[in-house]
Amino acid sequence: MKPILEFRDVVKKYGAKTAVNQVSFQIQPGKIVGLLGSNGSGKSTMMKIAAGITHPTSGQVLIDGIAAGIETKVITSFMPDSSLTEDWMKVKDAIAFYQDNYADFDPAKAKDMLDFMKLNNNDRVNILSKGMKERLQLTLTLSRNAKLYMLDEPIGGVDPVARGKILDAIVEYYNEESSIVISTHLLQDIERIFDEVILVKNGKLLLQDEVENIRINHKKSIDELFKEVYAEC
Amino acid sequence: MAIEFDNNLPIYLQVMDYIKKQIIAGHLKPGDKIISVREMAAELQINPNTIQRTFQELERELIVETRRGLGRYVTSEETKIMEIKKDMASNLLDHFIQGMQELGFDNVDIVKIVAHAVNESNDEQE
Repeated sequence: MKPILEFRDVVKKYGAKTAVNQVSFQIQPGKIVGLLGSNGSGKSTMMKIAAGITHPTSGQVLIDGIAAGIETKVITSFMPDSSLTEDWMKVKDAIAFYQDNYADFDPAKAKDMLDFMKLNNNDRVNILSKGMKERLQLTLTLSRNAKLYMLDEPIGGVDPVARGKILDAIVEYYNEESSIVISTHLLQDIERIFDEVILVKNGKLLLQDEVENIRINHKKSIDELFKEVYAEC
Repeated sequence: MAIEFDNNLPIYLQVMDYIKKQIIAGHLKPGDKIISVREMAAELQINPNTIQRTFQELERELIVETRRGLGRYVTSEETKIMEIKKDMASNLLDHFIQGMQELGFDNVDIVKIVAHAVNESNDEQE
């Protein structure tokens, strides 16, 4: 099967600092993959490279077999940890904005997700709570029929109820032909929705494995493995 | 439906156990239709592929059967269900006996303690 996302010896330098260092991996269709690492480990940079927003210093990044860049943006739906919307927008404006900008935007799915997320079309984006804002961001991101979805810290700083709702939505609305990459360092609730995890540290890939394999081979949860790996950070 | 997951153990095994218990307890009856992978994944908030694997394993153990185009069903063979019940009971017993032996009880003591505990719980119920 052709991987949805492939990194081949990817290096990204910012001046003297190497943010991503010789990283190679593949992600197959239908997988929900956790991209794990402490702050500053290179997760967000890797996501931005895959989203075609920034370019690697060397190496190759392929989305569904195509080099990451302008062409792959149409099949890549990226939820950055910054806002996707403008302050003046109402929820319905944000939806319309996305619909105008992305040919693969599915209005029926968006409407369905808004109901599921208990979001109100006429609410102004800038008065939404952090949890509700994350729900809106996720709605916008998942309402596109993309091949690759990338969610940068979708549950960072939201309360357990909103977190549950966000996890529900990811499981409910993902489709089997696409893949989802989720970066996080909060594992306890989310590790059960992963197929695989990729662990990065100081810009290097430490491990890529199926989560059930990790539980079988290490007899520990991903959360515990994570704490061990990053203990000295 | 709710499972207290232990993230240290493979999730598919925990879901398998959960479904087996549902069957033994009669919440899922022989021949009952089982909800879809997606529904179950959403309800339990876990990865759909994990549920898929759970069902595959249950099929391999002949506890669940897939009818083409119709979905998945609990086996209608009562003997199979009795077998699961015995299996799960013997697992529990093995754990218990091993735990008691680790605490230093010998077999005679274990039997006595169990008999005593069973009587006590009977008294409480009466």
